Amino acid sequence: MSYNLDFYGLVPYLPQFVAGVGTTIQLTVISTVLGLILGTYCAAGRISKARWLNWICAVYIEVTRNTPFIIQLFFIFFGLPALGIKLSAWQAGMIAMVFNLGAYSAEIIRAGIEATAIGQWEAAKTLGLTHRQIFMHVILPPAYQRVYPALVSQCIIVMLGSAVVSQISVEELTFAANFVQSRSFLSFESYMLTALIYLFLAILMRQLFSLLKKFIFKSSAV
Amino acid sequence: MMQFTDWDILRNLLFAARWTLLLSLFAFIGGGLVGLALTFIRSIKNPFLTKLVQIYVELFQGIPLLMQLFLTFFGLSLIGLDVDAWSAAILSLTLFSSAFLHDIWRSCIEALPKGQWEACRTLGLTHVQSMRHVIFPQAIKMAIAPTVGFSVQIVKGTALASIIGFVELTKAGTMLNNATFQPFKVFALVALLYFVICFPLSVLARYLENKNYVRR
Repeated sequence: MSYNLDFYGLVPYLPQFVAGVGTTIQLTVISTVLGLILGTYCAAGRISKARWLNWICAVYIEVTRNTPFIIQLFFIFFGLPALGIKLSAWQAGMIAMVFNLGAYSAEIIRAGIEATAIGQWEAAKTLGLTHRQIFMHVILPPAYQRVYPALVSQCIIVMLGSAVVSQISVEELTFAANFVQSRSFLSFESYMLTALIYLFLAILMRQLFSLLKKFIFKSSAV
Repeated sequence: MMQFTDWDILRNLLFAARWTLLLSLFAFIGGGLVGLALTFIRSIKNPFLTKLVQIYVELFQGIPLLMQLFLTFFGLSLIGLDVDAWSAAILSLTLFSSAFLHDIWRSCIEALPKGQWEACRTLGLTHVQSMRHVIFPQAIKMAIAPTVGFSVQIVKGTALASIIGFVELTKAGTMLNNATFQPFKVFALVALLYFVICFPLSVLARYLENKNYVRR
């Protein structure tokens, strides 16, 4: 019943953990940027009057939101090569993360857009702005500002979800944890340390986003 | 070598889907009970207890579910508790969903006007009485839609139980993939089955949300 925790045993494996954290951060940063861009386009597609575009975006969003991330990952990594599309594990993991965040953020951004008063559209149209200009300069900035907290939470969820890409052997933090525990047999210690690192990353991300908020939204337009 | 027809693949997946449903149900009930207890503890507004619950929520929302699974599966066996994949999956999914459900329910209670609590106190109701007769019936109406919405996350969360060897839909999918070498078909079918389970829940959640919204 007694078990002595031995965290010192993990010291020789610190380089693995550091490398794993690096990959996790890299995956998170790239997928956050690309995922939010994809999400914005999809949100635009969902409110567009083109029937077919609306439909495609809706199907993509619903399918992604109603299937587990790990299945999306397996489908991209194992399934697509059957169609002749060959991907490395890193690429497959990245694509899965981008598509996942894209679908969730599209719904969040759309909620922000739909909360915009219709008068904003009309006023901008009266000023002679094109549809694209209205969307980019009048509608989007306050929409982002309105749903910013929800977007931040979603980005953090995607960062935590990246743990799953270890299952296709992307060498990120969870992969490092699995590697270390199989070498050192210190499974509880290595998972405990990894859990703490994730917790730290999640808190760090929230802090960074709240700092970033001051730079992005200089005026309080909402 | 054994040959798998498409029907064999589908039938095996359907059998495995039972375990996904059962696991989801257990996790939802377990998470609901713990979440309810947490919500009640927090409503007492004792600073120390509130802090404890906050730390609990931060912990289980800030650590990946996969890591929680590994910790319960490998960690508990080290301190002498023998856990199989089934109990480890239920335990970690319960902890995970309780943190989120508590957060949903807390925000529903906090969304109620403060006057409701004050009115209860004026009437001389105890804390439990005001929770039971005044706060709870109102909060539950608001809570139903997001709770149904979160159940989709639980169903999707059970997919990770496959990694510690529990044979549910995802694990059955990877096993069938290894046996048939038809990853495209197998994983598309697995995704379809998850979609069939989750999509009605999403639609229901949206319907309830709209209904509630119109009424207010």
